[in-house]
This record gives sequence, structure tokens and C-alpha cells, in this order.
Amino acid sequence: MSGTSRAARTATAALSEPPADEVKTSTCYMCACRCGIKVHLKQGRIRYIEGNRDHPVNRGVLCGKGAAGIMKQYSPARLSSPLRRVGERGSGEFEAIGWDEALEIVASRLARIRAEDPRKLAFFTGRDQSQALTSWWARQFGTPNYAAHGGFCSVNMAAAGLYTLGGSFWEFGEPDWEHSRYFMMFGVAEDHASNPIKIGLGKLKGHGAKFVSVNPVRTGYSAIADEWLGIRPGSDGLFVFAIIHELLRSDRVDFAFLSRYTNAPWLVIDDPGAADHGLFARGADGEPLARDGESGALVDATTTNFSPSLVGAATLADGRRAVPAFELFARRYLDPANAPEAVAAETGLPAETIRRVAGEIAEAAFESEVVVDVPWTDWTGRRHETMIGRPVSFHAMRGISAHSNGFHTCRAIHLLQMLLGAVDAPGSFRYRPPYPQSIPPAPPPAGHRADVRPGQPLPGMPLGFIRGPEDLLIDETGKPERIDKAFSWDAPLAAHGMMHMVIANAHAGDPYPIDTLLMFMANMSWNSAMNAAATMEKLTDRDPETGEYRIPFVVYSDAFNSEMVAYADIVLPDTTYLERHDCISLLDRPISDADGAADGIRQPIVTPDRDVRPFQDVLLDLGARLGLPGLVDEAGAPLYPGGLPDYMTRHERRPGVGMLSGWRGADGKAEGRGAVNPDQLDRYKENGCFWRQELTPEKRYFRFANRDYLDHAEGMGWRDVATPITLELYSETLQKFRLAAEGHGPHQPPDDMRERIAAHFDPLPIWHQQLSDARLGKGDYPFHAITQRPMVMYHAWDSQNAWQRQILGRNRIYLHRGLGERLGIADDDWIWLTSAHGRVRAQARLMDGVNPDTVWTWNAIGKRRGTWGLSPDAPESREGFLLNHLISEFLPGTPDAKDANIDPVTGQAAWYDLKVRIEKATPEEAGTSWPQFEILPGPRGEHRAVHPSAGRRGRA
Amino acid sequence: MTTLPKSTGRKLGLVIDLDICVGCHACAVACKEWNDGGSGGPLSDLAAYGADPTGVWFNRIHSYEVDGAGSGGCGGGSSGQTVYFPKSCMHCETAECVTVCPTGASYKREEDGIVLVDAETCIGCKLCSWACPYGAREYDQVDRVMKKCTLCVDRIYNDALPEIERVPACVSTCPVGARHFGDLGDPDSAVSALVEDRKGYGLMPEAGYGPVNRYLPPRARRDREQAAAVTLPADLCDDLSPDNRLLKWVDRLFSR
Repeated sequence: MSGTSRAARTATAALSEPPADEVKTSTCYMCACRCGIKVHLKQGRIRYIEGNRDHPVNRGVLCGKGAAGIMKQYSPARLSSPLRRVGERGSGEFEAIGWDEALEIVASRLARIRAEDPRKLAFFTGRDQSQALTSWWARQFGTPNYAAHGGFCSVNMAAAGLYTLGGSFWEFGEPDWEHSRYFMMFGVAEDHASNPIKIGLGKLKGHGAKFVSVNPVRTGYSAIADEWLGIRPGSDGLFVFAIIHELLRSDRVDFAFLSRYTNAPWLVIDDPGAADHGLFARGADGEPLARDGESGALVDATTTNFSPSLVGAATLADGRRAVPAFELFARRYLDPANAPEAVAAETGLPAETIRRVAGEIAEAAFESEVVVDVPWTDWTGRRHETMIGRPVSFHAMRGISAHSNGFHTCRAIHLLQMLLGAVDAPGSFRYRPPYPQSIPPAPPPAGHRADVRPGQPLPGMPLGFIRGPEDLLIDETGKPERIDKAFSWDAPLAAHGMMHMVIANAHAGDPYPIDTLLMFMANMSWNSAMNAAATMEKLTDRDPETGEYRIPFVVYSDAFNSEMVAYADIVLPDTTYLERHDCISLLDRPISDADGAADGIRQPIVTPDRDVRPFQDVLLDLGARLGLPGLVDEAGAPLYPGGLPDYMTRHERRPGVGMLSGWRGADGKAEGRGAVNPDQLDRYKENGCFWRQELTPEKRYFRFANRDYLDHAEGMGWRDVATPITLELYSETLQKFRLAAEGHGPHQPPDDMRERIAAHFDPLPIWHQQLSDARLGKGDYPFHAITQRPMVMYHAWDSQNAWQRQILGRNRIYLHRGLGERLGIADDDWIWLTSAHGRVRAQARLMDGVNPDTVWTWNAIGKRRGTWGLSPDAPESREGFLLNHLISEFLPGTPDAKDANIDPVTGQAAWYDLKVRIEKATPEEAGTSWPQFEILPGPRGEHRAVHPSAGRRGRA
Repeated sequence: MTTLPKSTGRKLGLVIDLDICVGCHACAVACKEWNDGGSGGPLSDLAAYGADPTGVWFNRIHSYEVDGAGSGGCGGGSSGQTVYFPKSCMHCETAECVTVCPTGASYKREEDGIVLVDAETCIGCKLCSWACPYGAREYDQVDRVMKKCTLCVDRIYNDALPEIERVPACVSTCPVGARHFGDLGDPDSAVSALVEDRKGYGLMPEAGYGPVNRYLPPRARRDREQAAAVTLPADLCDDLSPDNRLLKWVDRLFSR
């Protein structure tokens, strides 16, 4: 029979058939956005998923990824039981084993490692949203070798923001969509905050604000921009410098903002060669000094009721000279080298365009200020009758982040915001609670040699914020203490760790060999690695002397048969997001918005029909089997036998502060701080699986200096102090590293790294050519190659999805029509891209909306044959490809760890620095993409989608 | 062969704002999801995990580059635009897909103008898809009948749903707010006002089918025309050197 009869003419009753007999709320997991969802169930099966109107992230809307979540639940790529490798590693040959056996194998190995040398466990998680638990677990285990995937994702955005504003673009802030009159977006931003940005853009354009997109490619958000600036990849910093130049030149500067809220007036010691050159001049109690412009006296820069000079040298008590930080800033960017004419060629943007854009920004900021009629009190207790804002906002993400100059470029954007007074002001970029934090946030990372002791936890978290060379995780010879070399001279401010270096370093035994690699949802043998083919080799390489794998043991957890599964010795199958609890914690990556703090949970919607367990439950179980402190009681019994829900409810990080902020306290009425409430999860479920605390209007702007907000943040446990936060136009932290490189202080880099540190740790933003470019012969690889994020897909996860892959099941190499004509390439031609590292072959598509020197493709569409439940002739494998094969984790020339292909400040993987040359493929080569790899065995999908309505499909 | 109603009480339809559509496919997937399990479904997929996956979609998003052919491709030199164009049944006033139907399976509802297919009487002859100038009809190769956008007729009148949800799934889910639903036959409706205000248009009116859905064209892009108004003044100093510029700021004092 056919189910279509219900579309028949049309009794009213048929049109009112209840679509569901049960509705459960939860949180989406189809990307990093974490929207609220309502899952409608009929007879126990999922009927449809829609956005939750009450949820602060998405307000009822849902994107194409979220709606397709239903098909992920029925994906044939789902793993169905724990697996033990029986063939060679990489062959994909496994046997199914039981959970007890799998967990005992892993636990006994980890117990031995912990008793001998906890560093021998490297635990790295991929695209998870559970770092509040996983980082704590690593700490309790005692290994410093922990991180999530931020090192190749967005650490430049996070670090540049946190070291400058105490907040960041990324997920810690958002434009004031309501009041902004001018909005500039840099680069790819389609994956994080995906629905809030879409909602915001619709609102912004409805208000008649101007939207400028700075992106080499005109797709997605860029398509609806009022102005598209197709900049050359990696040159954004120069463009921002030129805007700053124009604002300074024409005197369009918010001096009042700089004087009150930033360190622009602080005096910087000018004594070249001295150990404190470039540091702030300080008084007897360490207080920074500024010069009172009225009296000429040197005063504590943090006090009020004086008018600091922003320019003009001062003489310090010891007779030395010092100048305000602003003067150093102004001199640098007033230099003709930063004028629009000087940067036009490198950016590909005409000087007159840059000058006009600067003028538009100045006009929006200073001629159309926004006044919000709400009185507020500043940090000194002074009352202001209104909130006056500069309605210019910026947002940036991966397009800035994934370059070796990304940290400084992002910092430059933040300095531009300060210059305009456009930080957490009405109409500008706004923080999301619990941001802003102190600059940098506390504490530094744990993991010094002395911190790592057999059988003991670390004294602190493995990730954190370095304050100066003394905090680095290096031994007395300067050698890195972590397997990924984060927080070493290689990458001092590597706040998210460097997952992209783990396999290469572990394989090389540099800085030391490890025993076990434990990874969760990290597709390192494919689209999550630079250099995917070599990563596969490193995972399977044996030491010829011992015959053992160089990386002795690999444990991998994933819900799906991704490319990485074949490289594990033990596979721990995870559930889908509709089958488990999760915690979206303020201790991790919050889902707050600028007007309120929020956190949330996921709850199981359906019961797994396979022998799978939620990874976080497994981690808690493993921790209890290992007897980790905090996971067992004195008698050795598990403290959280109920798994993650139990931990979410009862674990306290500090007294009264736990994983969730809502409905705390015995009576369930406390927020932020409060005793454990055993019924807390029920309250979340009753409230749509989220908690949100709206900030009262006087706390919504100027939060770095807003008395009511600062007190509130301390009360909620978001910060331990209520002190104001001074925005850092000038970064003394960076200067400390430069001084070390110049030979000052007890902690200095090795001689062969001095130049690199001195060059890149500039207290004011610099721009430099992409590091890999500098190693290439001029003209050998003339074109940039980058990826974009399609809004309907999120990484490799979605290729298995029966609906999403119909929309985008293969990727092309897109290039400018003019470039195609020059190279004799027509639409549909098969072409080769060659980098200094490798080659890929794929089919070309010509277009107009792309920078003429740039080729691009969609991210993570290409799949290895035999994975993800797809048939081996799936277009994702046959015609799709990854750009990753062209990118090395090392710079061209020397495979030397100190020449990693990273931002030297943060360790951010510089995969957008890629340069290529282009050649036509021969007719014989046409038809399939290259490289191709062995077909992996694994579950295969049927040729029809398996869907909740499948029971009604009579005809096959 | 099948007759249209002389007139319809209302003209329900969609208004789609091309100025803010970012091509995210939220509408297409939400449509697929609702209708696959709804009265217009199932929406079959073939080779879902195979070499050439295809399926029934009532709403498809097309993308075009316009007016920019051969332009510099870079800001300041390019006049081109990328436009995303979602397309589904227009619920035409003179729907030839209905009049060509040999069995009466295709019909237009008198009360609201929605064009539907009765799967029980559809013989899968595809005449209607040949008649539709918009390519909006979708033949289901599994069920061997024609299927199409129902304007979520099983949502918009569904008493089991809260009133706010009684709009088509594509409208409910659209993240940018580019999709609107209402009575385009009522000049006082919100959607009619929007069409009036933004000079909305029907697709290919010259084909003569009287499409009900309306598209709001992209607003004029505000890029270069503002230039003259906001160009920053020449430097306020006679001498453009940084030193001179800085001197002018020595007395620029603001109390902390």
C-alpha cells in the first residue's frame, strides 16, 4: 500500500492528524552551534526534529544540518559494538568483543602507564563538547598530554581575543545585532554560532545596516553582503592596519574610551637593551604608571580623576624615558608603510576602496552613535545616565585563524575595535557571559616535570594561559614537556593544545615516546589531519628493531565508522546525540548570548539498539576502574555509578560550582553557586534542557568596567575577583617573550629560536608573509588554496547522511573564470593542484565570485572508500577530495619539529597558508579524484534510506 | 481534463526574500523531514548511500552568479552577486499541471488555492510535470506517483499544533527569516504588504500560469554609491608625518 493517500481530498480531520504522540526537548549536535531542539516522536520513533522557540541560541529556527539529524540516527555507519583489532593496524579487520573485556584491556594498560609515567598516555578529543569533563579526567589521571581540537580550529581567535579583550569572537562574543549600523565579517564563519549569525544577519539587513564581507570567496553569508571584498588570503592584517592608519590620520579615534578602558595611556619603558625595555613603567607597588596631562605628574594608571597623556615622553624617577603605549601604537600604524596605497597590491584591494571603507566605519562609529537609555555604574562607582555606543561591529573566525599570522591579525581587529570605542558598547561586539575574563584568564597550564608524578593527579588543568616565559612547560634545556609541544618555545601561547602535532611527534618519539593514544571523535587519519596520507603511515609504522608499532597502542571512540576507526587497536563505540545525556557547561564552551548566561544538557530521546555506550560514561567508568581521585571514594567504590548524569548533578569543581549553573541548592533556587541539587536534571528537562539567566539592563554593556556586572560575575562564580579588566592595546605578555629572546631573564629560548621568538612576540600587531610562503621559490606555487564551509554540512560527520549528501556529495576545485581562461581550463576539466608537499586531482568549476589568485573547495566532503557506510563508488570517494593531502604539518624544507606549519605564537595549524600550482590532467586521468586509498571494510548502507516512515513504504 | 476552481477563497502562498537568503538549505531539509513523514510523503530516496543518491525534494535551492561575468572578482571591481534561489510549487492560479491531469488526481483547492495531488488516483503519467514551467513536481520512483509541495497543508490547519507552528515547515525553520507565509489574495495581509513594499514579483509571469508565490528581490547593494559622502577628510595637519600628527594629540586629554 502507499502512505500517500492521506494527501487525498481532504477531510479536515486528516489535516489535523497529530504529528506526534510525544515531544522531548534536547540540544542539537549536528555542529558546534548547540541549538535547542524539540524531537517529535510517534510510536517511539522519531517523526521530526524542529527548533525550540524558547531556546536562547536558535529561538525556534533550525538549519539544514539540524533537521537532517534524524537521518544520522538511522545511519548505516553507526558502530554497533566494541571492537578489537585482529588484522594489521589500518586493515580495518576487527572482532566484536564485550564491553567488560574492552574496558579491562584499556584499564589494565592505563593502570600500568599511570603507575610508571602518566605522560605516556596522550588523550586528545576531537569535535566534542565535553572538555569540562575530559580535561578534568586527564588531570586526575596525571597526564599533561591532553587537548581538544582547538589547535587546528580556532585557537588564534580565542587566544588573540583573550589576551587582548578578555573575550573573543569565536564563541565568547557576538555583534550587537540589534544596534549595529555597520558590520564587517572576516573569512569563513559558517560553522560556529551558525544559527545566531544567520538570525543576526537577517535582522541586521532588515534594519538597513551595512554588511561588509571580507572573504576570498563570495558564497554563503558573503552572498548577501552589501559589499564583498575578495581579499587575498592571509593579507587581512594589512587591510586592518590600513583602516587603522586612515582613522589615525583623520583623527577619528575614541580617545575617551582609550583613556578609560585600555592600557593605551600606560607608560612603556624606552631603554633599548635593558631587561625591562618595552615593559610598563611601574611604581613601588608594581602599579603601572601614566602621566597626568594636566600636572605632568606620574600617577598610578589604574586610578581615576586624572587625565592621562596619550602621547608625549615622560621621564621616570630613575631618569629613564617612557612613552604612552598609544604613542607606540600610533607611530607604527601612521607609518606610510601601512597606508592604503602601500597594502593595496598585497591585499588585492584598491587603495580607494580601503580608504572609503575606513571612512564608512568612521562615519558609522562617530556620526551615528547609539544611545541606550539605561543608567549604569562604572568600576569606580560613577553613575552614567546613558550607555553611548559606537554601532560598528566585527566578527572573524577561521579565515583569520588558520594562518601563521592569524594571532596578530585577530589582535589587529581587536585594536581597531578599541580605537573606535567599539568593545561591548551598544552597537559593537559584545561579550557573552562568563566573558570578559581577566587578561589573560587564570590559571596557567600544569604539566611541568615536577607536576607529573606516577599515580598522582596533576596539580592543575593541563590547558591554561601562559603569563610569561616562566610559565612555559619546558625542561631545563628548553625541551618541550608535552607530546604536542604546546606551551613550549615552539608555541608559547598554545591555549588549546596542538592536536595536529601529536601523531607526528609520538611517531618520532619527540620529545619522548608515548605508549597509548586515546582519541575521541578525532578523524586524524583523514580530514582532521594535515598530511593525511603520512598520518596513516605513522599510525601503522613499526620499529624495525622491535617489530612493534612506533605508537604502541591506539584506543579510539566514535559513534560512526570514520576513516580513523581502522587505525585503532580497540574501538569504543559511542552513541548518537539522540541517545545520551550531555552537558553544555559554562566551564567549557558556553551557549550564553550577550544578554544572558546559559547552559544546557542533552537527554536521551531514544534507546540505543546497538551495544554502544556514551563515551563520557565510558570515561567515568575507566576512571573508576583506575581508582582516579575524584572518581572513587575511600573504599575505591565509584563515586558516579550513574555515569554522566550523576557527574553532572553531583560533581563540584569548587565548593558550590559544578557542571551546571541552573537550579542549584537544596531548594533548587540558586544560580551559579549553590549546593548540589539531586533533582537538577529534572528541572532542566522541564525547562527545555537549558537554563538561562537574563542580565538586567544595567549589566549588559561595558562589562570590563561595569560595577554591577563585575560584582555579579564574581557572585555567580564566573570570576574569582570583581576587579575591572583593562583592555590590552599593548601586550606586555608578548614583550616578555621578546625580551627573553633578546637575552634577558632566567628563561630564554634556545639560540636557534631566538630570532623567531623575537620577531613574532611583538607587543603590537605585526603582519608577515605566511611562513610556508617564505620557504618557497618565488612563483613556483602562485595560487592560494583554501576551503569554505557549506552551511548544510559540518565536517566529515555529514557525508553519511542520506539527505545531506544529496545536496552536496562531491566537491570541485573552484577557480576564477579569468584564471581558467589564462590557464586554458574550462568547466568540468580535471585538473591537478600541486603544493610543495603533494598533489590532488579533481574536477574544475569556474566562477566569478572568487579572488583571482585563489582556488577553493568545500571542506571535508572527500571520503575514503569503504568508510562512513557509503558504497565504495560513492561520489564522495570517486570524485570528492581533501585539500589536506596538500598540506604538511611541517614547513617546506626541513621536517624539523621547530619548523612546524603553525602560528609561532599559539601553535595554530596554518592550513590556510597553502599555495599551489595548477595543471590540466590528461584525458586518461579524468574521471576520478586522486589520491585514492585501499578500500576499507566496514558496514555498508542499503541503497535506500532507512527512515522512520520506512514502515509505510510498500513498494521497493 | 481536470478543472480548476473558478476562483479561490484565499490565495495561500510563500514570499521569499532573496535579499537575505544565504543558501543554507534549512528550508529544503525541514521540508523533506516534515513531508517525508506527513500526508504528502513518503519522499523516497534512491541509492541513499550509493553512487548516485537521488530523492524527492519539494523545495530545492538553486544558486546563480549574476551580473558579474568576467569581472575582476575582487572588491572594488566586481558588480556581481551570488544569489540563492529556493524554488518549490508556486500554487499557480491557472495551474496547467491540474488541467492536464487525466485522472483528476491533481487539483487546486477552492478554499485556499493550494495545489495538491491525490496519490490514490495518480497514475504517474508525468503529464503534469511536463506542464509545469517551474520544474516543481517531483516524481517518486518508488511509489510511482507524482508528489509536490503541499504548503504543509497538514501543518497549517493542524489543530494538534500550537497556533504559532501552523505555518509551512520551511517558513518555521528559516534561520534568516527569509520565508513568509500568508494569503496573497488579501491586499491587507502582512505578506501582501511585504510584496508591495519590496516590489515582490512572481516568477515568469509571462508563462501565463499566474504563480501565487512571490520573491522579494535583493535590495540595492550599498557599496560604492556612498563613497563621496563619507570619504575621510584630508589630514588635519599640514605636515603628514607621524610626529606632527602626534603633536596634535598632546593636549587631547580625557579624564579617567
